[in-house]
Amino acid sequence: MTTRDVLLWVVVPYVAGAVFVVGHLWRYRYDRFGWTTRSSQVYESRLLRAGSPMFHVGILMVIGGHVVGLLVPRTWLEAVGVTEHAYHLVATWAGTLAAVLTLAGLAILVYRRRTVGPVFLATTRMDKLMYVVLGATLAFGTTATVMFQLLGDAYDYRGSISPWIRGLLTFQPDASLMADVPLAFQLHVLCAMSLFALWPFTRLVHVFSAPLGYLTRPYIVYRTKDDTHLGNRVPRPGWERVERPGSRR
Amino acid sequence: MKVMAQMAMVMNLDKCIGCHTCSVTCKQAWTNRTGVEYVWFNNVETRPGVGYPRTYEDQEKWGGGWVRTKRGRLKLRSGGRFTKLSHIFSNPKLPEIRDYYEPWTYEYDTLLSAPQGEHTPVARPMSLLTGKAMQIHWSANWDDNLGGSTETMAQDPILKQMSEQVTAELEQAFMFYLPRICEHCLNPSCVASCPSGAMYKRAEDGIVLVDQDQCRGWRMCVSGCPYKKVYFNHKTGKAEKCTMCYPRLEVGLPTVCSETCVGRLRYLGLVLYDADRVLEAASVEDPAELLDAQRSVLLDPHDPAVVAAAEAEGIPHDWVLAAQRSPIWALISTYQVALPLHPEYRTMPMVWYIPPLSPVVDVVTGSGNDGEDARTLFAAIDRLRIPVEYLAGLFTAGETAPVTAVLQRLAAMRAHMRNVNLGAEQDPRIAQAVGMTAEEIEAMYRLLAIAKYEDRYVIPAAHAESARALEETASGCSLDVDGGPGMGGGGRFGSSSGRPVRAAVETFHALRNRQTADTPAGATPTRVNLLNWDGNGAPPGMFPPEKGQPGYGDGPEAHA
Ligand code: HEM
Ligand code: SF4
Ligand code: SF4
Repeated sequence: MTTRDVLLWVVVPYVAGAVFVVGHLWRYRYDRFGWTTRSSQVYESRLLRAGSPMFHVGILMVIGGHVVGLLVPRTWLEAVGVTEHAYHLVATWAGTLAAVLTLAGLAILVYRRRTVGPVFLATTRMDKLMYVVLGATLAFGTTATVMFQLLGDAYDYRGSISPWIRGLLTFQPDASLMADVPLAFQLHVLCAMSLFALWPFTRLVHVFSAPLGYLTRPYIVYRTKDDTHLGNRVPRPGWERVERPGSRR
Repeated sequence: MKVMAQMAMVMNLDKCIGCHTCSVTCKQAWTNRTGVEYVWFNNVETRPGVGYPRTYEDQEKWGGGWVRTKRGRLKLRSGGRFTKLSHIFSNPKLPEIRDYYEPWTYEYDTLLSAPQGEHTPVARPMSLLTGKAMQIHWSANWDDNLGGSTETMAQDPILKQMSEQVTAELEQAFMFYLPRICEHCLNPSCVASCPSGAMYKRAEDGIVLVDQDQCRGWRMCVSGCPYKKVYFNHKTGKAEKCTMCYPRLEVGLPTVCSETCVGRLRYLGLVLYDADRVLEAASVEDPAELLDAQRSVLLDPHDPAVVAAAEAEGIPHDWVLAAQRSPIWALISTYQVALPLHPEYRTMPMVWYIPPLSPVVDVVTGSGNDGEDARTLFAAIDRLRIPVEYLAGLFTAGETAPVTAVLQRLAAMRAHMRNVNLGAEQDPRIAQAVGMTAEEIEAMYRLLAIAKYEDRYVIPAAHAESARALEETASGCSLDVDGGPGMGGGGRFGSSSGRPVRAAVETFHALRNRQTADTPAGATPTRVNLLNWDGNGAPPGMFPPEKGQPGYGDGPEAHA
C-alpha cells in the first residue's frame, strides 16, 4: 500500500465526503433561495418531456443499484435468499436498462441545453462543469460494466469496492482493497468523488428536496404569524413581543 | 362555524377604460426585473379575446382548478398527489413562455452609435430570452381593443362554448375590458398543487403567497392555477405571484393597481367567511348552484353571532368593524351586483366583478333609443342574448339568470338616477322591478359612482404589535437582491442564489404622511421605492440630480 493509494482511496474520499456534508449544510443555511431545480421547461417542453423522465428514472435506478451492490454485504443478501447468480442476473439486466435510460436521457438533455437558445443562455458555468463530471462518472461506470460484466468474466466488485466503501462509512478505511481494482472502476470512483464534492454547489441539491411530504400533507396550507414570526423575521434577543395583560392571542 | 377574514376585491367593469395603468404600475412595483419580463401580475384583457396567457380558460388543455368526482369529492383537474409526483420530471400541462409571449427590448444603442448614413437607424426588437433579433408575433395584450381579433377571436374559450352564429355577429356587437389579478382564492388549487408546501394562504387575511425560500421550482402551481396567475421566474427558478401588495395592505394602504386605477373602479375590503363550509360549497354538484353556494360562505358581519364567533377566533375588533364597513360585502351580498370570475373552477375566487352594462347601453343608444330609460334597457337585456350569454360564461358558469338580474339592477339604477338628477317625478316601479327600494338604489349609486377613497378602500392595518417589526423596516433597501424588485447585488451561485431579505415597506408613519399629504413628499433621504410611490409629484431621489445640482456625479462615472 503506497502513499498514493492512501491519498486516493482514503484522503480524497473523506475530503469529498466532508465537502458534500458541510457544503449542503452551508448552502441550505445561506442560500435557501438558490435551492431549486432551476427548471427550464418554460423555455422548451418537447425535448424535456422525452429526456428528463428517461434520465431521472434511469439515474434513480442506478442509485438504487449502487445502494444494494455497495452498501448491502453479500452475506446479508444471501441470508434473504438472493444467490450470487440471481444477483448477477438482475444487476446485469436491470443495470443495463438503467444505464441505457440514463445515458440516452442525458444525451437528450445535453443536446437540448446546447441547441435550444434560451436554455443555453440560462446554463451557468457550474451547470457545464456538473454535466462534464456527471457525464464522465456515467461514462466510466458504463465502460467498466461493459468491459468486465458484459464482455469480460464478471469482475467481483463486491469483494473489493463494496467492502472499501463500507469501510469508509464505518471509519475503518482500507486503501489496499482498491489498489488492484481495474483502472476503469478506479476512474469511475474518482469521478464520483469529484461529483460528490461539487454536488452542494450545483443544481443537484434539488435531489434532497424530493417532495415526498406532498403525499401526506393537507392540500391547503395556512400559515399564521405566530408569536415567533409576528414580523417578517424571527425576533432578535431582547426584541421579543411584550405580552399585554388580558390579551387573547 | 370557523370565522376567518379575507381581503377581497371587487372591480366595476363598466368603468374600466382599458388604459392599462394598473398593469404598468404593478409591473413597475413588482415584476420590473429579469426573469419575470413576461409576467404581469395584473393584466387587462379585451373580451371577447384569447386572454393572457393565450386561451388560459381552456381547462381541457391546461388542467387548472378542481373537478368534482362522481363520488362528490374535489380532485385537482390535472391529477392528484401521485399523478403530480409522477409528472414531476416534466410537467405535461405547463405553459411555455411563448404561450404568454416572448419578452423583448429594443436595440436602442444603435440609435446613438450608428454611423452617419443615408438611412435613419432603426432600433430592432431583441428577444430577452435568446438575446437575438426577433419578430414580434404576440404580446400580453396583442388583441387589445379587438385589434387583430378577427384572426384569433374564434379561439376565445368562452366563445367556443357558445353557438356558432354568435361569433360573427359579436364582432360588431360588444367589447369590454377584464382586468385580472390573482384571485386569492378560498380554495386555492395552486396551493394544493405545490409539492413542497411552499405556497400558503395567510390565516389572517387570506392572501396567497409563495415562500421564496421553500419553493424548489417543481412548477406544479403554474399549471394548478386555472387563472394562470402563478408565474415561473425563469431566472431564479422559483414561482412568483401577485402578493396583493401585502406590505401596503399591512399598513392600511390599497394595492398599487387599486391606488392608480384611472377609472377608480376597484374596491378593497374584508369579508368574513365560514372556513368550515368552504369545501362543501366548492363541491356542490350543479355548477349553476356554485354562485349561491359561494355567496353563502360569506358571513354577515352585522350578525351578532358572527361577530361573537369572529372575536372568539381572535379576529381583532377593528377588523370586524372594517368587515362591517366593507364595500365588498355590500356589493356581493347587500346589493348582489358583484359576481365571481369562473366559479366553475371551484377555487372560490375572491376578486369579484360587476358585469358591464355598457354593451347593452351601447346597442340601445346605437339604434337611436334612450339608453337611460328603464323599460328600453330591460327589454334590451332580455333581447340581447349574446352579451348576456358571454358574461354568463365568465361569471356564472353559463347561467344567464344571475347576470340578467345584475344588469337589471344596474339599468334600474341608471334610470332612477336620471330621474333624480333631472328632478323628474320618481317612478317607484323602477326600483320595485329589481326588488329594491329607492333608498337602496341611491345608496348603491353612491357606492358605485361617487365612493371616496375611504369608502372604496376599507383596509384595517395589520396587527403586529411590536417595535421590532418597525425597527426592521428602517434598514436599507430590503428588496435589494438579485431577482428581487430592488435588483441590486449578485449571488454566489449565479443569478438565483444568495439570501433574500424579505419585502417590507419603509416606515409606517412616513408612508401615511406621504399618502395623505397634498404636496409632493418631503425630503426623502435615499432613493425612492416605487412600491410606495403614490403618484403624488416626483419626490426627491426619484430621478438622479441634474448636472450642476448637488449630488450630481456621485455615481461611478464621477471618478472614471
Ligand atoms: C429524487 C428525485 C428527483 C426529482 C424529483 C428531480 C426533479 C427534477 C426536476 C423537476 C428537474 C427540472 C426539469 C426541468 O423542468 O427543467 C430536474 C432537473 C435535473 N435533475 Fe433531477 N430530480 C431528482 C433526482 C435527480 C438525480 C438523482 C439527479 C442526478 C444525480 C438529477 C439530475 C438532474 C439534472 C442534471 C437536471 C437538469 C436537467 C436539464 O435541464 O438539463 N436529478 N430534476
Ligand atoms: S387565482 Fe391565485 S389563489 Fe387562486 S389558484 Fe390562482 S394563484 Fe392560486
Ligand atoms: S387602471 Fe383601472 S381603468 Fe385603467 S385598465 Fe386598469 S382597471 Fe381599467
